[in-house]
Amino acid sequence: MTDAAAPRPAMRRTIPPQVVGLSSLVAFFLSMELLIQTGVINRFIVPPPSDIIGSFGRVIVEENVFGRFLLTLSECLIAGVLLTVVGVGGGVLMHRFKLLQQACETWVAAMASAPIVLMYPLFLVIFGRSMWTMIMMGFVAALPPVILKTLEGLSSTRKVLVNVGRSFNLTPSQQFWKILFPAALPTIFVGIRLGLIFALINIVGVEFLINFGGLGQLINELAERYDLPGTYAAICFVILVSILFFMTLEKIERWLRPFD
Amino acid sequence: MLTPTKPTSQDATDDAILVVDNIVVRFETPEGPIVAVDDVSLKVKPGEFLSVIGPSGCGKSTLFNVVGGLLGHYNGKVSVAGETIAGPHQSIGMVFQEESTFPWRTVTDNVAFPLELTGMAKAQRIERARHFIALVGLDGFENRYPGELSGGMRQRVSLARTLASEPKILLMDEPFAALDEQTRLLLGDKVLQIQQQLKQTTLLITHNITEAVQMSDRIVVMTYRPGKVKRIVEIDLPRPRTSEIVGSEAFGRYVAQIWADLREEASRGMRDEEKHTLSHPKGGAS
Repeated sequence: MTDAAAPRPAMRRTIPPQVVGLSSLVAFFLSMELLIQTGVINRFIVPPPSDIIGSFGRVIVEENVFGRFLLTLSECLIAGVLLTVVGVGGGVLMHRFKLLQQACETWVAAMASAPIVLMYPLFLVIFGRSMWTMIMMGFVAALPPVILKTLEGLSSTRKVLVNVGRSFNLTPSQQFWKILFPAALPTIFVGIRLGLIFALINIVGVEFLINFGGLGQLINELAERYDLPGTYAAICFVILVSILFFMTLEKIERWLRPFD
Repeated sequence: MLTPTKPTSQDATDDAILVVDNIVVRFETPEGPIVAVDDVSLKVKPGEFLSVIGPSGCGKSTLFNVVGGLLGHYNGKVSVAGETIAGPHQSIGMVFQEESTFPWRTVTDNVAFPLELTGMAKAQRIERARHFIALVGLDGFENRYPGELSGGMRQRVSLARTLASEPKILLMDEPFAALDEQTRLLLGDKVLQIQQQLKQTTLLITHNITEAVQMSDRIVVMTYRPGKVKRIVEIDLPRPRTSEIVGSEAFGRYVAQIWADLREEASRGMRDEEKHTLSHPKGGAS
C-alpha cells in the first residue's frame, strides 16, 4: 500500500519527440506502400509513396518548380504587405472608433469562417486572368484574422500599462506608439502569421482553380495529364513549402520579439 | 510616543507640498450609488513619508487615482505646491500595485522612458537611467528584459522609472503587495534608503501595518466604506530606519494601536462582504 502511494521516480525521456514524429510519418508511408503494393488500395487512385518520391526529381527539373515557387511566393508577399497595411490599419481604426467596432466586428468574424475562395469568379472578372486575382483573393480571405487579432491585441493591453502612460502625461499619439502598439505587437504578429498562411492556401487554391500562376497551376496541369505520382509530388512540395513558410515566420517573429 | 491627531485638514503645517482637500468620490453601481471616499483631507510636507492605511474597500486605491489624476469625477481639490491639479501632473510620479514594467523594453529602456519623453539625448538618458538603476540596486541587469527578472526586481524597475522622472511627490499604491514578506521587508529598506537619500516626499497607499510603520512619518488610518480619515498617527521612531526596527518595543506598540483601529473596520468590511456574497450567490463578493 505504502509503496503504491509513494511518488514514482520521473521517467527519463530517452526518445526525442522529433524522432517519434518522423518515425510516425515513415510508418504511415510504409503502410501506404504496403497497402498499395498488395492491391488493398487502387494504385490508379493513390500512387505508391515510392513512385511519388521517384517523381520528385522529374517534377523539379521538368516542371520548373522553383520558378513557380517564386511566383507563388511573390504573390504571397504582396498579399502579405497589403494584409499588414490594411489589416493592422483596420484593426487600429476599429479599436479607435468604438462605433466602427460595434458595427463591424461580428461580420468580420463571420467573414473569417466564410469560404471566400468561392468568390474567385468575381475576382476573375474584376482583375482578369492575372496574378492580381490570386493576390487579391489571398488578401481578402486572410484579412479577417489580421483585423481581429490586431483589435484583440490593442483591446487586451493591460490597464496598468495604459495608466503608466497616463501618469506620464502622454499624448494620445504617444500613448498609441509607445504603449498600446508595442503591447499589442505579439498578438498582431499572430494575426499576420495566420493571415499569411490563409493567403498562401487561398493563392495556391485559386491558381489551381483558374489554372494560372505558380504551384497551384502545376498541380492542376499534372492532374489533367493524369500524372498521379507527379500530382502527389507537387502536393508534397506545396506542403513542404507551407511548413518552411510557417517555420520561417516563427523564426522572424522570435527575432523581432527577443523579450519573450 | 503615540500622538494621534484629529482627522481634519488643519493637522499639518502650512508649508505642505501636497494638499488633498475635502475629496468625495461616488460611484454608481447596480445596487445604487456608493460613496467610496468621503470628505478626505490630507496635507503632506516636503520630504515627508505619509502612509494611508485601511481595510479592503476603504477607498485607498480610489484616493490614489484621485491624487494621481487618473480619476476625473470627484468633488474636492488636489493641489501640488499651491497649484490645483486636474489630471496627471509631472510633479507626481506613480508606482502601481500591479506589475507595470514594459516587457518589450530592457531595464535601461524602461527606466529611461520618462527621459525619452522629455527629448533628452540618448547617451545622456542612458547615463541617467543607469544612475537610477544603481539606486534601486539593479546594477548588472541593465540589458535584461523584465521577463527575465523576479517580481521584486520588476517592482524596483518600476520604482526606478518613476524616480527617473524626478517627481516632487512619489505616490505608491501597495507596490509590494504581490511579494512575499521577506522580500517586502527588504524592499521596504531599499525604499526608505532612497527616500532618505533623495529627501523624496512620498505618499504610500497600503493595507500592511508593518510596512506602514516601518517607513512612515505619519499614518492616516481610514474607515471601511465610506472611506473617511479615522485617525492620523505620528510615528516617532528614529531615522534612518531599516527593517530591523520591526523587532523594537515601540514598533510593536504602534502596530498594536493601528491594528486596534483597523480591526473594527476590517471586521465591518468582512461582514459586509459576507452579506454581499449571500445576497449575490453566483457573483460572489465584489
